[in-house]
Amino acid sequence: MQTARDVKEYREELRRALDNEFLRQAMDSFAVAYRASRAKAFAGMDVDGLIREIAQAKDDSISRLDELYDEFKQNAEAAGVKVHLARTAEEANQIIAGIAAAAGVKQIVKSKSMTSEETQLNRHLEAGGYEVTETDLGEFIIQLRHEGPTHMVLPAIHLSRYQVADLFTEVTRQKQDVDIERLVKVARRELRPKFVAADMGISGANFAIARTGTIALVTNEGNGRLVTTLPRVHVALVGLDKLTPTLSDALRIIKALPRNATGQAITSYITWITGPNECAASPTGKKEMHVVFLDNGRRALAHDPKFAQVLRCVRCGACANVCPIYRMVGGHQYGHIYIGAIGLILTYFFHGRDKAKNLVQNCISCGACKSVCTAGIDLPELIKAVHARIQDETGSSLSNTLLSQALKSRRLFHVLLRSAKLLQKPFTGGGPYLRHLPHMFAKDQSFRALPALADKPFRDTWEEIRPRVVNPKWRVALFSGCLHDFVFPEQLNAAVRVLAGRDVALDFPVDQSCCGLPALMMGEAAVARDVARQNVMAIDPAKFDYILTTCASCASHLKKAYPTLLGHDPQLAARVAEFSAKVIDFSSFVQDVLKLEQADFIGDGKKTAYHSPCHLCRGLGVVAAPRELIGKAGLDYRQSDEEDVCCGFGGTYSTKFPELSAEILKKKLDHVVQSGAELLVTDCPGCILQLRGGLERRGDPIKVQHIAEALAEVLVK
Amino acid sequence: MTNIDELVTTFTQKAQAVSAVVAEVNELRQAFEYTVDLCDHKEACQLLLAGCEAPLSPAAGDLCQRRRDKIIAAPGLDAADYQALDTLSRAKGLTLIRDGLRGYLAGIDIGLTVVDYGIAETGTLVLNSNNEEVRLATMISEIHVAVLPKSRLRQSSTDLETELEAMMRMRPGYTAFITGASRTADIERVLALGVHGPLELHILLWEDR
Ligand code: SF4
Ligand code: SF4
Repeated sequence: MQTARDVKEYREELRRALDNEFLRQAMDSFAVAYRASRAKAFAGMDVDGLIREIAQAKDDSISRLDELYDEFKQNAEAAGVKVHLARTAEEANQIIAGIAAAAGVKQIVKSKSMTSEETQLNRHLEAGGYEVTETDLGEFIIQLRHEGPTHMVLPAIHLSRYQVADLFTEVTRQKQDVDIERLVKVARRELRPKFVAADMGISGANFAIARTGTIALVTNEGNGRLVTTLPRVHVALVGLDKLTPTLSDALRIIKALPRNATGQAITSYITWITGPNECAASPTGKKEMHVVFLDNGRRALAHDPKFAQVLRCVRCGACANVCPIYRMVGGHQYGHIYIGAIGLILTYFFHGRDKAKNLVQNCISCGACKSVCTAGIDLPELIKAVHARIQDETGSSLSNTLLSQALKSRRLFHVLLRSAKLLQKPFTGGGPYLRHLPHMFAKDQSFRALPALADKPFRDTWEEIRPRVVNPKWRVALFSGCLHDFVFPEQLNAAVRVLAGRDVALDFPVDQSCCGLPALMMGEAAVARDVARQNVMAIDPAKFDYILTTCASCASHLKKAYPTLLGHDPQLAARVAEFSAKVIDFSSFVQDVLKLEQADFIGDGKKTAYHSPCHLCRGLGVVAAPRELIGKAGLDYRQSDEEDVCCGFGGTYSTKFPELSAEILKKKLDHVVQSGAELLVTDCPGCILQLRGGLERRGDPIKVQHIAEALAEVLVK
Repeated sequence: MTNIDELVTTFTQKAQAVSAVVAEVNELRQAFEYTVDLCDHKEACQLLLAGCEAPLSPAAGDLCQRRRDKIIAAPGLDAADYQALDTLSRAKGLTLIRDGLRGYLAGIDIGLTVVDYGIAETGTLVLNSNNEEVRLATMISEIHVAVLPKSRLRQSSTDLETELEAMMRMRPGYTAFITGASRTADIERVLALGVHGPLELHILLWEDR
């Protein structure tokens, strides 16, 4: 639950979470175990194909929600179900309380339903005098503790067996052992009388199948079966997004959902219910059954061209499982009711701007969530879009406004960078790092050394170093990005050296500016669009075969985000499409276009680790090229754990949430050190800033290089 | 290998992977003997093993006290089969019931069912549970013994779509997919079986060709 009023308070909560030893360790082992079990569960399957099919089918359902609702209602009512539609959470709660009152209900048992968490149903029913018992073990535990879930599938993942034993001791008023098997049995037997006494069972549903009016529950514990069998009244609270045309759509999702959620091929139980079944506890011998559909903004979402895809979500929880931030801080700090990447987005739509405003800033845009989403939702993009919406609604902060103003004009931006160069002089002590940052800037940044701006930006040296090519095979435009232009020009120089003498006609169109990703990360969509336009106009794609960039973040932004940012402009659409199609990252260019070979290098067998930048491996899907180049270059590639997990940089993210950035970095560097490498190579200057800065602070001699530098050093002359 | 043998192999592997016990029987009578034998040798209340001596709140304790005899429930059997099983049960001093399961909500020892289909790919049983007694037998038993005719094995749920859709079309209808025993990992992600449903699932593959 979000209670923090501003980012400052939110950061305090984050810091507290970081200090929670048990949580850190539990989340960590979960993150590691999840990866392995997911991979095993999907082994031999065409996961991407399955995800595509699910996304397509869901999109189709979303586009005709009303129609599916009518069809479901007709079929379910023919089977004897009463179907309700609640426009708001409040209305859903009232409908359910009304059903309970009319049926003379006193005690209620519930199986797990995120939708009822969304409406805060328990609170409402308890206020009405009903006794409500959550029967899913995890939900039972958190209900007793009066707190919300920290994971959509494992709601009590933040608690230790000791805490559960204490809790159960309190509930049974008998001392309970700290033994998980036994605690589970205690819950089983404490809950059984609740089932026996209950007159009403409330469940959710994973699917509402229109064609047959059937609801389906996907569960492991079996409490869902008891909840839908023992009490004489059954109410299913179902989000409209769970409507699905046919059984086969449901079966397709079931192929992916348990695998993606918990690494199971299928859950222990899947229960398919059509209409009220026989029930000996009911005076009529038949159950009273209701399905309450919840809108709460879903129908409006279904018509939103950008956000409709969030309704594809099947609540598998995977987007939290792989998120480096969730791993650090857990669910109470990474969602309001819904948790993880999807939670960041849904919070805004279901629970309002105020609950979402801090959360949406806490995404480093590493893309890990998107890469595992059952439904192929572009989560990082949508998180940024919600951030931008909130910014538009509330107005930008001063620092955002300054940045926007600066970015709007390339000249002004570059003048500012150049004067910063002069201003930093007193702080560098002549070295490559900022040594004595004034306190105001250094705050919370001590986990890494920050580099000084270069003496001369790349653009000022371009005419001197520009290679002369007589018979070019490829015409290539360089896109430097700010970091390679103004902070690490030597890395771009190295790239130019690798390309020299290989018939590549390089050009550096000087009107290019920042790629605009930082603006988008700060929620400034209009500025991001503005600079994107500047760049697309600065580099005429028709004149080049490739637009090459040595910065993975710029590359993925130019290639993947520009078409969305500018594509709607009919005057630009064709040019943007061509522009983006021609963007290529450095490793892919050298490996796949130039096709450099072992014979081009004489490596010295230096032990080399690799950090796979988020925007390269997930953003662009480039995985093999850099590793193959390391091998060809004659370096001794030492694989390290979690190479493709974020380094914690995330541009402005690391200044906004430095304590999280520092922790993510620490983990990354620990893995690198364990690999025994002397050299750490990567493809992105942002990662280099972070990794170098961290190693420098640790006083660790491991060298960090851009892959262009590593290759340039071992070129056969 | 015939197709069915392949399905049996896959099914067995997958079901065992989720901790189900899988055995083969040539006739129904053998399944009955298996069930009676299993019941005869099990503790009266298996929960004992898992902390019956552990203190409970009064309400939960009360419900537990109501259990005495060892009970097998087999609600779905036809008269002749039921008779045969009853004779076997009596010989061992076990009680066999077919209805009134709501009188035993503290738990019974074994629920015996003959299931409708098996899905090899995931080791899943498909059981029409429209009958409330069948539902309860598979929920409140400590051990669920399921007889699966081999002729009813299919590779994947997709291969069963027509049959499943017919089951969904029943008004009313309650269809259960059952894969392994009831499980949870809600405390520290440690797997524990038998949280609400059966602690064990035994599947008897019945050679019905
Ligand atoms: S993009 Fe990365 S940081 Fe952001 S929500 Fe997804 S996994 Fe978490
Ligand atoms: S957004 Fe995707 S990964 Fe996250 S819970 Fe929903 S379906 Fe699963």
